[in-house]
Amino acid sequence: MSLWEYANPKKFMQVSARVLPVVIGLAGVSLTVGLIWGFFLTPDDFRQGSTVKIIFIHVPTAMMAINAWVMMLVASLIWLVRRHHVSALAARAAAPVGLTFTAIALVTGAFWGQPMWGTWWAWDPRLTAFLILALFYLGYMALWQAVDDPDTAADLTAVLCMVGSVFAVLSRYAVKFWNQGLHQDSTILKVGEADPIAPAYYVPLVVCIIGFVLLFVALVLLRTRTEIRARRLSALLARERLA
Amino acid sequence: MMPDLGKYAVAVLSSYGVTLALLAALVALTLWQGRRVKRQLEEVESRQGQSQGKHDG
Repeated sequence: MSLWEYANPKKFMQVSARVLPVVIGLAGVSLTVGLIWGFFLTPDDFRQGSTVKIIFIHVPTAMMAINAWVMMLVASLIWLVRRHHVSALAARAAAPVGLTFTAIALVTGAFWGQPMWGTWWAWDPRLTAFLILALFYLGYMALWQAVDDPDTAADLTAVLCMVGSVFAVLSRYAVKFWNQGLHQDSTILKVGEADPIAPAYYVPLVVCIIGFVLLFVALVLLRTRTEIRARRLSALLARERLA
Repeated sequence: MMPDLGKYAVAVLSSYGVTLALLAALVALTLWQGRRVKRQLEEVESRQGQSQGKHDG
């Protein structure tokens, strides 16, 4: 069986209908467990106090904001190379989810930054790249809406997605490129190193990350199914007008 | 039982509140759009005498 079978809309609808209840269930359980564990059962940090609880939403949403763009890039490249409509529609379906995660990461970052850094916002390389990524999400969604022909819209948004990938990469690695910002480098991959995140926070954080990944998958599957139906609806209406 | 968030209660509660509100809005919008398009497609398919839910799984 080939992976490209799932590029067939009918096959995609059949498989996603079977997979969705499981993904939704697992997302609900892991998010509920992770957020309740993180909010109610973790201790205050000796330096950051209770603001450390923001990590359980800020880090997973920021990760998924960047990963959503990477998923859109892969789907866009598949569209450009192999012209599979489901991949273009999946990229379109992921954009509002990625934008919402980006907005959550920006807002929770501001709420965290104000008491810890003394400012809601700084033109730090990582923060600035992340803000530009949010603008790319808006531009990507606007471009899909602005172009009538769906294949042309898919082509143009795929190119925009490739350009925006620069800022998705910078959002993650700007700290390493320019060591001059307020935002720290990632700590969740530093377990076992000199200054790791404590297990009391690490374990519920991993549960929350799994939950947000599953939530993203569930929402993208749901929205892709809607996009496929909408595409078929517009084709049937066009045929009705011609008849 | 609500944990004691101390002087950072507003920052922490606002973060969780905004997150839950945005996620709820996204989920509600996704479900509403999905149901609306599915209903419209079923109407057009039945009008045109198509087999119902040709793409449905």
